[in-house]
Amino acid sequence: MTDQNLASTPLKSLMEELGGKMVPFAGYSMPVQFAAGVRKEHIWTRENCGLFDVSHMGQARLRGDDPAKALETIVPGNMQGLAANMQRYTVLLNDDGGIIDDLMVSRPDDDGLMLVVNAACKDKDYQRITTALAGIAELEPINDRALIAVQGPKTAEIFAKFMPAACDMVFMQCGHFTLFGHDVIVSRSGYTGEDGFEISLPSAHAEEIVREILADQRVKPIGLGARDSLRLEVGLCLSGHDFTEDHTPISAGLAWAVPKIRRERKNFPGATRMLQELTAEPEDIRVGICPDGKAPAREGTEIFKDGIRVGQVTSGGFGPTFGGPVSMGYVRADLANIGSKVDLLIRGKNYPATITKMPFVAQNYYRGKGA
Amino acid sequence: MADLYFTEEHEWLSVESDTARVGITSYAAEQLGDIVFVELPDIGKQVQAGGEVAVVESVKSASELFAPITGEIIAANTELEDAPETVNEDPTGKGWFFEIKVSDKSELDKLMDKAAYDAFVAEL
Repeated sequence: MTDQNLASTPLKSLMEELGGKMVPFAGYSMPVQFAAGVRKEHIWTRENCGLFDVSHMGQARLRGDDPAKALETIVPGNMQGLAANMQRYTVLLNDDGGIIDDLMVSRPDDDGLMLVVNAACKDKDYQRITTALAGIAELEPINDRALIAVQGPKTAEIFAKFMPAACDMVFMQCGHFTLFGHDVIVSRSGYTGEDGFEISLPSAHAEEIVREILADQRVKPIGLGARDSLRLEVGLCLSGHDFTEDHTPISAGLAWAVPKIRRERKNFPGATRMLQELTAEPEDIRVGICPDGKAPAREGTEIFKDGIRVGQVTSGGFGPTFGGPVSMGYVRADLANIGSKVDLLIRGKNYPATITKMPFVAQNYYRGKGA
Repeated sequence: MADLYFTEEHEWLSVESDTARVGITSYAAEQLGDIVFVELPDIGKQVQAGGEVAVVESVKSASELFAPITGEIIAANTELEDAPETVNEDPTGKGWFFEIKVSDKSELDKLMDKAAYDAFVAEL
């Protein structure tokens, strides 16, 4: 196997030095795990603080006379309502309302909007945004910044030493801060269900900053393996798996990402179709699925009811904190209610399973003192 | 004393008279990572050398275990069903998977001894 065609993040050599087992992911050489292994890394993040190199994700600026208004032509979120120093989750739509990718949009300063998109979809997303917004907004990929996520219940007490002002933010707030002498863009968010930050760092200083953070023994580097099990347990979607362009945000179980103001204005791709789906019910819908036994049901597992195929698992595995197998996938809408029983076809055998409310493990975001 | 054999699929066989106890090597257990699920064969099942016989799943992935030798399954380590992590803790002892009544002991000649297996792993 050759790594010659793989891109490197600014933190790749540090990740290797820390014992990261490097694998190709979305065209990058990324650590899938460290010596501790996926299960221990997962539990460490839920109990302490895990540090993830997510520099492979796409960071970009969207500028123009009114970049929020422009972006609303291809996303269903309320971008014009995005206040200064706030971040929001939304989805990028094709002309039919199918989901190309999900992304974070924020306003950390006066320089237009900041976007963070998935690594595997970067080129496709940039193409879509550049083409659709030609003449009204300009996309500029940021190529000189690394991105890390620090996640877990001890993150805030650790960062109170490094970056105290950032710890006053609540979930989904963002802004510029100084970290070990460098200007960084921080949001109080992440993709593990835990409290924490995503920090955009100047690439040239990324390694030195991460070494300073890791000097605190409560912080450990965590690989992509645990990132996947952490996000699965809290019911968060993996782009290109848990939704594709065949799904609108409604059938993907992301109706909350299509707010009332946009439903009223109906001015985004696929609006008519989505409003119909909201009243009629889509054909299939994304749900949480708990196998009744111990066998994990992974991506691609077919779902049956009384011998008839009714859906498919799109993400699944073992949830280390949950303590058992968990999956998500699509089932026929009439079987999507919580408690509904289905069969999972694993290696030619039927295994009973139950449609379950997500998240499987409670999310632990910081929404302010006493909240 | 039992004779030890190894396969290129990273299984070990401990053979006493015509019974082979089978498990995975420490190398395999380490490569798989934290094992969370084991599916064992039914007692009485006839297996062919190279045929799928059991499943081992780690947090990361599912892998098949192949029968290293032809014969009949005469025992399965059902304790692994409740404690699959035993495979990581003691892969060559308490973490054994199943026992086969060996049909043709000449098949053992195709397998590796410990020295050959150690050399095989060192090349990986």
